[in-house]
Amino acid sequence: MKQLTAPRMDQCIGCHSCSLACARMIHQRLSWNCAGIRIHSAGGLSTGFMAVLCLACDPAPCAQACPTGALTQRAGGGVIVRKKLCIQCGQCVASCPVEAISQNREGEIFVCIHCGRCVEFCPQDCLEMQEIAVPAGVLR
Amino acid sequence: MIREQFRILHFDLGAGKGRIEQIDGRNQAAGGSGLAALLYSRFGLADQPWNADGQPLIFAIGPLTGYFPLMSKTVCSFKSGYHNQYTESHAGGRTAFALRFADLDALVIVGKARRLSSLFIGARHLEIRDVEFMRGTEADTAGKLLRRMFGEGSGHRSILRIGPAGEIGSAMAAINVDSYRHFGRLGGGALMGAKNLKGIIIHGDGDFPLPAGSAYAKVFKEVYSQATSTDMMRKYYNLGTAGNLQGLNDLASLPWNNLQKTCDPAITGITGEAFADATLLRNGACSGCPVGCVHIGYIREKTLKDNRYHYHQVAYDYEPIFAAGTMLGVTRPFDVLRILDVMEKVCLDAMSAGVALAWATEASEQGLISEKETVVRLRFGDSDAYQQAAGFLGRGENDFYRLLGQGTLRAAEVHGGAEFACVLGQEMAGYATGELFFAAQTLGFRHSHLDTAAYSYDQKNAERDVTKAVDFLIADEPGRTFLTSMVACLFARSVYTDSRLAECLSAVGYETLAGSIPETAEHIRRLRWRMRLATGFNPSALTIPKRFYQVKTWKGVIDREYLDALKLEYGKRILALAGPDQETAGES
Repeated sequence: MKQLTAPRMDQCIGCHSCSLACARMIHQRLSWNCAGIRIHSAGGLSTGFMAVLCLACDPAPCAQACPTGALTQRAGGGVIVRKKLCIQCGQCVASCPVEAISQNREGEIFVCIHCGRCVEFCPQDCLEMQEIAVPAGVLR
Repeated sequence: MIREQFRILHFDLGAGKGRIEQIDGRNQAAGGSGLAALLYSRFGLADQPWNADGQPLIFAIGPLTGYFPLMSKTVCSFKSGYHNQYTESHAGGRTAFALRFADLDALVIVGKARRLSSLFIGARHLEIRDVEFMRGTEADTAGKLLRRMFGEGSGHRSILRIGPAGEIGSAMAAINVDSYRHFGRLGGGALMGAKNLKGIIIHGDGDFPLPAGSAYAKVFKEVYSQATSTDMMRKYYNLGTAGNLQGLNDLASLPWNNLQKTCDPAITGITGEAFADATLLRNGACSGCPVGCVHIGYIREKTLKDNRYHYHQVAYDYEPIFAAGTMLGVTRPFDVLRILDVMEKVCLDAMSAGVALAWATEASEQGLISEKETVVRLRFGDSDAYQQAAGFLGRGENDFYRLLGQGTLRAAEVHGGAEFACVLGQEMAGYATGELFFAAQTLGFRHSHLDTAAYSYDQKNAERDVTKAVDFLIADEPGRTFLTSMVACLFARSVYTDSRLAECLSAVGYETLAGSIPETAEHIRRLRWRMRLATGFNPSALTIPKRFYQVKTWKGVIDREYLDALKLEYGKRILALAGPDQETAGES
């Protein structure tokens, strides 16, 4: 399965269009934070931008940490989210090694589901849906 | 958050306390420019000096901020130390989104902190901290320190700060916004300095449900598509506004050497293409703007022996290049950026500072001032000298520079040379396009080239019809006022027509505003002018220096009679605006 990747973040202009699109279309929120992809500056605007998003772990530590099955392993990496099962304990947030899961003040969690709907909103072509193949010879 | 009332944070620096207020008036003031004027009418001290402790410093966003692309700017309003009257300054960056997601329509700061302080704001955060240790720090250093002090929210916060110019009360002091944008003109930085307020950090950590129904998604998609998939915005992200340098020079409308001339063959070294080819490092965007018009160049400095270098990133645009380039006779892009870099650090408005130094150069040439005043010898084209002078101006090196920082005409009152002071209400913008622009900037609400499209009118109209020209100014202003009440970037004015704005407002639930744009625009225009008049605006007190009557553009030498008639008529029409609205005229 394809995954959302951000291979060209050196082209990012920091407009937040991707985050806003995710919040708007996936989560029905107006936000630059309640989104599966979030743009941060890497030490002030002078040093460019970084995209914080799910890196599609397999196995995913957040799915392993989730006590209710709200997050389950997605084939090919990442997680499937069932919000109705979420008790907002925040254990997934703490378990993510790259801080890819955010939680708003109501406790709701936001993580990339690799749907790719944000891609078309990036005016700089920073984002791409990619089939991630593990290079031959890499031990897993 | 969509709501009929405005939700504002009123913070008293003296008491160290804030309060949230809900204020009526959405359907009359809309937001942005209108809200700022409404708040000044409520909290401002029209008859007291600009730096009285109680004077408010206001930051306001609009009803569409965050909801649609390019609704990305913030209006800052205050009583200016430059002319002791009410004014506005506008900036992009992240401030608008940070305020939106801090769930504030406006921030009103009053009082004076006992010691130099910074204010930290979020949807769930309000704190003032002592930063006396930052006194005298430059804007970039202050930004780094503030980022360290308030570690949360990287990418989702806005950091406003002043440099030395604001701390010394220079009427040319800017407020730096997120390193590369500014509330530049008319000395907002001085008011922060007067309040002992070094920085403001706004963390946008809230979120809201989307408007109900399908209309919002549909209108958003159309607007986004229009803003990104056509050539409409290409000029802004390609060469950016710097692309206008060649065209203005070709039209003999680009001020050079303190407006001693309006075109010069040396333009070839300093065009938008020249800047892009040699200095452009990358582009940036205001939050919520997919266009990305921010152009960031670089300078590289050899500071030690051998190959030891450091580099700085410096934003550029048409206006700063005019002010630190052609106006000073500086014709190499890296030299322009070096001057701008100093202005950024001391946090001066580049346009005001460049024009002031251009006057000082000509005053030096004429022997009205000497190095006793300027410390360094000023000569057109000498960029090293201008780098030093910019620092002197920003830090208030001596009495002369402190006086010059209050305005070029203030310095000319003491030293002479008022006839060649390039001041049109404030230091001129980079458009020597003709009579209408000179009259319009002199009397315009912000003394900005963006108050009206006078500079564009000049470039397209050779006829000298006073009534037609002033009618154009009067008719052009309300639409811009409504856009700056939303608060849209004015680069998007071709996207956001009145009908499109009505669709946007309706889609998010502001039905009444959507149905009354022309009336609301007119009401806001009058509200703003009333604030300006209440604080002392008098069109007949503003004069146009002799230099502007000597300008030669593509239409020939300026027509004195036409220019004077335009100014007189425009002044009359502005004063008429201060009368009661038609809808309220019968109430008293």
